[in-house]
Amino acid sequence: MSIIVSGINKNFGDFVALDNVNLEVPRGGLTALLGPSGGGKSTLLRIIAGLEFPDSGQIEIEGKPATWLSPQKRSVGFVFQHYAAFKHLSVYRNVAFGLEIRKRPKAEIRKRVMELLELVHLENFADRLPSQLSGGQRQRMALARALAVQPEVLLLDEPFGALDAQVRKELRDWLRKLHDEVNVTTIFVTHDQEEALEVADEIVVINNGRIEQIGSPTDLYDHPANDFVMGFLGPVTKLDGKLIRPHDIEVLRNPGPGTTPAKIIRLLRVGFEVRAELRTDTSEPWVQLTRGQAEELELAADGMVHLRSY
Amino acid sequence: MTETLVKAPEAAESPNVPRAVKRRRRGSPVVRWTLRIIAVGYVLGLVALPVVTVTQRTFGNGLQAVLDSLQNPDLISAAKLGLFVAVTSVVINTVFGVGIAVLLVRYRFPGRRLLNAVIDLPVSISPIVVGVALILVYGQNGWFGGWLESNGIQIIFATPAIVMATVIVALPLVVREVIPTLEEAGTEQDQAAQSLGANSVQRFFRITLPTIKWALAYGVVLSLARSLGEFGAVRVVSGSVPGVSQTPTLFVNDQYQEFGPVAEQSAFTAAFALMLIAVLFIVVIALLRPKEKTQ
Repeated sequence: MSIIVSGINKNFGDFVALDNVNLEVPRGGLTALLGPSGGGKSTLLRIIAGLEFPDSGQIEIEGKPATWLSPQKRSVGFVFQHYAAFKHLSVYRNVAFGLEIRKRPKAEIRKRVMELLELVHLENFADRLPSQLSGGQRQRMALARALAVQPEVLLLDEPFGALDAQVRKELRDWLRKLHDEVNVTTIFVTHDQEEALEVADEIVVINNGRIEQIGSPTDLYDHPANDFVMGFLGPVTKLDGKLIRPHDIEVLRNPGPGTTPAKIIRLLRVGFEVRAELRTDTSEPWVQLTRGQAEELELAADGMVHLRSY
Repeated sequence: MTETLVKAPEAAESPNVPRAVKRRRRGSPVVRWTLRIIAVGYVLGLVALPVVTVTQRTFGNGLQAVLDSLQNPDLISAAKLGLFVAVTSVVINTVFGVGIAVLLVRYRFPGRRLLNAVIDLPVSISPIVVGVALILVYGQNGWFGGWLESNGIQIIFATPAIVMATVIVALPLVVREVIPTLEEAGTEQDQAAQSLGANSVQRFFRITLPTIKWALAYGVVLSLARSLGEFGAVRVVSGSVPGVSQTPTLFVNDQYQEFGPVAEQSAFTAAFALMLIAVLFIVVIALLRPKEKTQ
């Protein structure tokens, strides 16, 4: 295990940010801390980085106790949501910062920085100031800067939160590829379940200062431990009092064993997807279908269908 | 004279408005011209006319008279003392000003708001009161006065008191310039540097100082101007002994009140010199301000 978090508690005044959190992060993995804002995930990340200290509990990084170690002694790279670029330094000097602090020889710094700038596709921007870069470029610079000192652990706090949707998607794929290349133990915080499902090897769902569930993306999506995890990881609807994914409801023209009759209230076409809003005796579920399925079933508003969960 | 150096309110802050829109003239020509005449008349009456008069009186007896009055040993010693006091107090205020600003912005501690309020006291309090207060504490009959005197240390009516008075009067200038810049920069850059291995000294010189450098430069120039121009507090604590504890502003005052053309010429020469330095500071500030904004 690369990081072992045991029994961490943290309060801000009356607010309980973390409540007895235990977590083990495997070496070389890409782990997502997923949860709603204010759930404690950023606090946990900042405690691992040493930017915040726990009220009680232990942190171990690569076998060394690190609970009370200052951030500069932890061998941890940190990437902030708003980049935290050194505004007065060029892209090159930003990336070189950690190496200059470590007083590495100039030639070595030059080689390492140019390698990293190539890795993050900023080799042509070395002499620019951060203010001359786009948000996505600044975040890639921040990543290169964090990687320059070869940290044992890379921590990213909502790294793509300040970027627009298109760039966010691109950077997400790119982070996955980058991680496969450099293979450093990585934890990133996000409130975007799609981001976590797409990028992470392992997802830790955090809510109200507690860990709700830990598992692989497929695991969590298919076998959520509770209604909260289920609701947070994807769309849900209620069929006869049971929480279910809207694409896990079978729609039939004729009644069969275990089916529930339902009236179609409204049909919504969203691109290739068709959403049917329905009403049964006890609930108002909605069902997600492909256009082909909807046409085959000859669905129309006010028509009757029969529902069954897969 | 330092009053003219006080920073004007930030009027053109909205960066989204294109220049052309901002510059478009509004209102009727009558209103426009009336406002202009009032503004120009105001500046003429309060600033330009006195400046012109001082210049005229300085050079009224020819350049040679000015050059002769510059040889006055009291003027030379006043200039030396003024320079020493200004530089010393600016150095002290820069070091402590930056320290206090960092303390106020980055740390939460009991008494923080009180400290924040006390910093501004010298602006609202009359300099005379500052001087009197110093005498009450360090004077012969003051709290420490007796002890200091018996140990052979003289503060009041000597250079230390002049420096102290000047430091107090100029104290808020650096602090108030640096605080907004520090607040705007936030703590993330500092934390990033920390996670990259920089200790607090390295972070201060590599991150904090470059971030505040223009604001600091601006504050330093302001305090330098304020320190050179200080009169009231220094008047009370210095004793104004010519050649010993007389600063340039005191020299102007004392010479002006003395009788005779020589003294008058000295007063105007010194006043003109102080004015010239003030203009120089204004030019420096005008050059610094755009840089402070682009940071």
